Amino acid sequence: MAILVNEDTRLLVQGMTGRAGTFYTDQAMRYGTTCVAGVRPGRGGTSHLGLPVFHTCAEAVKETQASASLVTVPAPKAADAMIEAIEAELGVVVCITERVPQHDMRRVKDALKGSDTVLIGPNSQGILTPGTCKIGVMPTVDAKPGHIGIASRSASLTSEVLASCSAANLGQSTTVGVGGDVLHGIGFVGCLEQFRDDPDTKAVVLIGEMGGREEELAAEYLSSVDYGKPVVGLVVGRHAPVGRRMGHAGTLSVFGNLSADEKISLLRDAGVVIAKDAGDVVRTVQSCLS
Amino acid sequence: MNIHEYQAKALLRSYGAPVSDGRVVLRAEEAKTAAGELDGPVWVVKAQIHAGGRGKGTFKEEGAGEAGGVRITKSVSEAAEEAKKMLGRTLVTKQTGEAGKQVGRIYIEEGAAIAKEFYLALLVDRVTSRVSFVASTEGGMDIEEVAEKTPEKILSLSVDPATGYQPFHGRRIAFMLELEGAAVKQCVKLMGTLYKMFLEKDMEMLEINPLILTEGGELKCLDAKMGFDSNAVYRHADIAELRDTTEEDPKELEASKYDLNYIALDGEIGCMVNGAGLAMATMDIIKLYGAEPANFLDVGGGATKDKVTEAFKIITSDPQVKGILVNIFGGIMRCDVIAEGVVAAVKEVGLKVPLVVRLEGTNVEKGKEIINNSDVDVIAADDLKDGAQKIVKAVKG
Repeated sequence: MAILVNEDTRLLVQGMTGRAGTFYTDQAMRYGTTCVAGVRPGRGGTSHLGLPVFHTCAEAVKETQASASLVTVPAPKAADAMIEAIEAELGVVVCITERVPQHDMRRVKDALKGSDTVLIGPNSQGILTPGTCKIGVMPTVDAKPGHIGIASRSASLTSEVLASCSAANLGQSTTVGVGGDVLHGIGFVGCLEQFRDDPDTKAVVLIGEMGGREEELAAEYLSSVDYGKPVVGLVVGRHAPVGRRMGHAGTLSVFGNLSADEKISLLRDAGVVIAKDAGDVVRTVQSCLS
Repeated sequence: MNIHEYQAKALLRSYGAPVSDGRVVLRAEEAKTAAGELDGPVWVVKAQIHAGGRGKGTFKEEGAGEAGGVRITKSVSEAAEEAKKMLGRTLVTKQTGEAGKQVGRIYIEEGAAIAKEFYLALLVDRVTSRVSFVASTEGGMDIEEVAEKTPEKILSLSVDPATGYQPFHGRRIAFMLELEGAAVKQCVKLMGTLYKMFLEKDMEMLEINPLILTEGGELKCLDAKMGFDSNAVYRHADIAELRDTTEEDPKELEASKYDLNYIALDGEIGCMVNGAGLAMATMDIIKLYGAEPANFLDVGGGATKDKVTEAFKIITSDPQVKGILVNIFGGIMRCDVIAEGVVAAVKEVGLKVPLVVRLEGTNVEKGKEIINNSDVDVIAADDLKDGAQKIVKAVKG
């Protein structure tokens, strides 16, 4: 078991014939992900990496029963690709593209309303169910199947935390990168809901940062339910200057946003066990599980 | 991307939004002519910098006079005089930091007779993904403060993208601001204009503080602050032209040429990290062990040796840096590329401060070998904590 992606997931890749698309499709296949199709307008009817290429998502879904999509198209066309995937009723859409304009993402968010698609990203490392299914750009060498669910706003910190977890024999059920942008698909609350329903996940790690409201909404959610599993939180950017973008667009604090310290205290009040720094996550998880 | 007040007002004017007539002045000798083209009886002389709090700011130099960055004058010659005093001088406001910002442009504007002041902003709400209006009767104030002390004086409403802006949105704002008669109609029109601009120009933030009601009963945008989505500037050549690079930190500007995410800070420990989250975690842990980071630097996932070399050179060019911590957890980023870049940079510019390197992940053995085989004096660290402790000890003793 895992969340959102597993051995039954059938992946199509939008922009598969491009440089990034080719590389990450190849990586996904090597990892064992079932890849079934590529989409590249104008190249329908050809094949690439041994997979059929289609002009449109709708066609690819019809012919191959694809259930998930990886969007690797460049930023100016990424919103179009995401909306196409949503309309083709793919269950999971992962967008790794960086620098998608905010107002384009408003349209994508609108397209998500009333659909059953779960969007991951953009500007996300993707989703990984160790040993089973990789959709994204994350390294997999340190990943290990197990029972820790990870939802994160940062790819690099996920790598750091995941490696230390695996070294301590704490494998992962699924890791999800919610993405570094202001407007994105699934957030911490969505991930928490999924992990709650997954019998294989025994504990959840949330990796948050300054800016935005993800941590605040997670705290609200956790206060409103009997979650039943330990949740460990790490929030970085406590000492970063407010009013600046720390790499991720989503870190910019705007009117009404809480500081990293305020987020930490809200999460703590909601029952989340806070790891004081990145090196402290494993110990915190271990103490929660013992 | 931010722009100056005078540029924002020109954009407002081009959309038909009410702003006062004004002239921008880049050289002192232009001031008199510029002011002379405007009708009095009041000329407002405003320093143009990308930071708020100008009115309450102070100049570092005595020659600039004791007043702040916004000065009310009663004649053309007085306006020209004040413009001359401020040009080239350094204005310090609560948003500029102690160093302040040099004033390179002055905006001279016709004064307006103010009856009431309001606050108005448009932004993208992260939770609803809609464009939101924020309005308040407390104009000219810091909105964060108003939100904290008198939240009932703030109205926040968002627009459904399917319907777009509707007149009732504007009416809600107008009645909340207690406008009457023609001003209500003007408000409905103005809000629609602002909404249109916000979408068409890919803005992230549009703040009119204050929006005023004149004694003549008309609304006017007395100040204007605009932030554009830098990821969308590629499709707005007119906006891209408004960028003023003199407003940016020279090190940050240099870094942006190499596509590096660099932000200058006030501390003594230079950091080079891959990934924004890990870079913030590195800053936090440096602070935890009692020192201050000198910068945020994310070299990104796909950095080349040259990019790493440039990043290292930017860090060492900061005279405040007393030690450097390189923290790499290589995933997509390979440790050997980082090592090659660091070694090449040290060869080129030398190394006068302690350097702690923590390498982990893809090609870590190769990376360590490159560093060991060079004559660069490196303190090796096992993990993030160890790295932070070692660099703080090396700097603070």
